[in-house]
Amino acid sequence: MSLKFRLASRNLFHDRLRFIATIIGIVFSIVLVTVQMGLYVGFRQMVTTMIDHAGADLWIIPAGTKCFEDPSLLDERQRFRALAVNGVAEVTSVVIGYAQWRLPNRTTTPVFMVGSELNGLGLHPWNVVAGRTDDLAIPGAVAVEQSYLPRLGVSGPGDKAEIRDRSVQVAAVTKGIRSFTTTPYVFTELDRARLSTGTPSNKASYLLVRVAPNADVDQVRRDLRAGLTDVEVLTGNEFRNRSRSFWLFGTGAGAALFAGALLGFIVGTVIVAQTLYSSTKDHLNEFATLRAIGSPGRYIYEVIIWQAVLSAIIGFSGAAAIGAIVARMTAESALQVVVTPALTVALLLLTLVMCVGSAIAAIAKVVRIDPTLVFTR
Amino acid sequence: MSAALLEADNIVHFLGHGAGRVQVLKGVSLSLRGGELVLLMGPSGSGKTTLLSIMGCLMSPAEGTVRVAGQSIAEADAEMLAKLRRDRIGFIFQSYHLFPTLTAEENIQLALDVRGERSRSAKKAARDVLATVGLAHKRRSFPLELSGGEQQRIAVARAIVGKPSAILADEPTGALDAENGQAIMRLLADIAKDPSRAVLVVTHDPRTLPFADRIVHIEDGRIVREETANPARKVANS
Ligand SMILES: Nc1ncnc2c1ncn2[C@@H]1O[C@H](COP(=O)(O)OP(=O)(O)OP(=O)(O)O)[C@@H](O)[C@H]1O
Ligand SMILES: [Mg+2]
Repeated sequence: MSLKFRLASRNLFHDRLRFIATIIGIVFSIVLVTVQMGLYVGFRQMVTTMIDHAGADLWIIPAGTKCFEDPSLLDERQRFRALAVNGVAEVTSVVIGYAQWRLPNRTTTPVFMVGSELNGLGLHPWNVVAGRTDDLAIPGAVAVEQSYLPRLGVSGPGDKAEIRDRSVQVAAVTKGIRSFTTTPYVFTELDRARLSTGTPSNKASYLLVRVAPNADVDQVRRDLRAGLTDVEVLTGNEFRNRSRSFWLFGTGAGAALFAGALLGFIVGTVIVAQTLYSSTKDHLNEFATLRAIGSPGRYIYEVIIWQAVLSAIIGFSGAAAIGAIVARMTAESALQVVVTPALTVALLLLTLVMCVGSAIAAIAKVVRIDPTLVFTR
Repeated sequence: MSAALLEADNIVHFLGHGAGRVQVLKGVSLSLRGGELVLLMGPSGSGKTTLLSIMGCLMSPAEGTVRVAGQSIAEADAEMLAKLRRDRIGFIFQSYHLFPTLTAEENIQLALDVRGERSRSAKKAARDVLATVGLAHKRRSFPLELSGGEQQRIAVARAIVGKPSAILADEPTGALDAENGQAIMRLLADIAKDPSRAVLVVTHDPRTLPFADRIVHIEDGRIVREETANPARKVANS
């Protein structure tokens, strides 16, 4: 262990109370940033979860659609026009929309219907933990999300409820398909979704396109655009970005999360800067002595920066542990704090930047240190 | 006498600002040659510490020239002065200024560490000087676990471990009792036996007189008298 590092760590740990205060400051600030950014990541994943799982090469959507949940309609005749375009292998309709779910106890709750053909391309339930996806073929069958079972007044496959005065029966239960709107998704067959949402039989919400393996997606898209009216043709990625930017930035939710994270970062920086500065002031004699015995300026800065880096690593470890607990605790909730490995690395870098940046005030204090202090103190 | 290791030539210096600005040094010349131990004596406020700081390259004089090994330092910036100090000058202070969180041995190693010397031989050098000052058995002690005399011996070890050509000490015995003061002066006098090294000691303490080769008296920013010690009465070189 280098002497520079030893000096830094001993100076840091020497004043226990200040050290603990610094670490608590860093932990709180980084936990705040973690929660905000974790919510952001969770939100980001959640708003595109349907698009992610559709597996479509191209989406044909009503012109002006802002996000996946935007319930406008297009004419199903477009589907046959699309099928006629060169390079299109498969086109399938998807119907989405809100409906009222009547519980066995006669109260109602809103649900979000997702209907598509049961075979081939489409929006089928995933992560099925009870029942069978194939059973959606049974008349009136639906798939619902496990965490919403109590709200829907059912307990598993076989249980019944009503939508629009028609009986529905739970055929499959999924795990983890949640919407941040907290309205439960209900998967069902295409025509049943039309009935539930009052969608005319010649209309659909979206058309999903699978492009033939040897066809050029861009070319197919150009041809689709030319051949269809009142629609937009987007790749999955484009539709994802559009949904995200609508929910995260169109609604201000993303800005609020970033503002919270920024606040955490600023508070953390101020706390670390303040404690590093006061620690440096307390050890000014030592820094003056170092300077007097001929230490280069760099040597002194490195001692201070080592203190900052050590604080950062210890504080980050605490924050990461708390972040992991928060992520686990929110895993089942509507707004999940998702801490990905990439986010963890970014947070570590952020903590380092914060702590080392905070050292600037302390360094500015010693940069002009007068070594003749050693004679007067 | 060999060539001057440190030379102050006609130094004028001011301290303070505005109305509090005083001329502390009023044209002082002093040179320090290899193999001598010089005492700088004078009343409080006469400018001793200021002269020591200037000769030790801790600050630049308002007027006059400081030469280290014959080279003027007028053009040197703060980093170059720091390099001169770590290469050529060792300091000892009245209040020791050891690092409280480092052990005796680490305090000495630090003087080598700032010079980028981190090898095994640097560690050995630190232990050797620790033995020279008679504290080999205290190498793992922290400064607060040592007596004042022991702390000052560690400070002497730190000052000499890098083999500087000049050792500058400001009241090194000021906080010590007679016995410990003698021990420190004996160490410094031993260093000054080496013709390539010199020691300058600022002191009030008459008990240091027997160790001097030369005594320089300063009053009100001027050197007023200089005496060469009678070799016969000098204890250290006996
Ligand atoms: N920062 C300062 N501003 C103004 N005057 C100062 C300052 N520092 C020192 N002085 C004055 O400069 C003069 C010389 O100071 P210096 O410390 O060199 O004296 P000294 O001979 O070492 O005294 P002592 O024996 O008490 O240590 C003193 O009169 C002191 O009051
Ligand atoms: Mg003084």
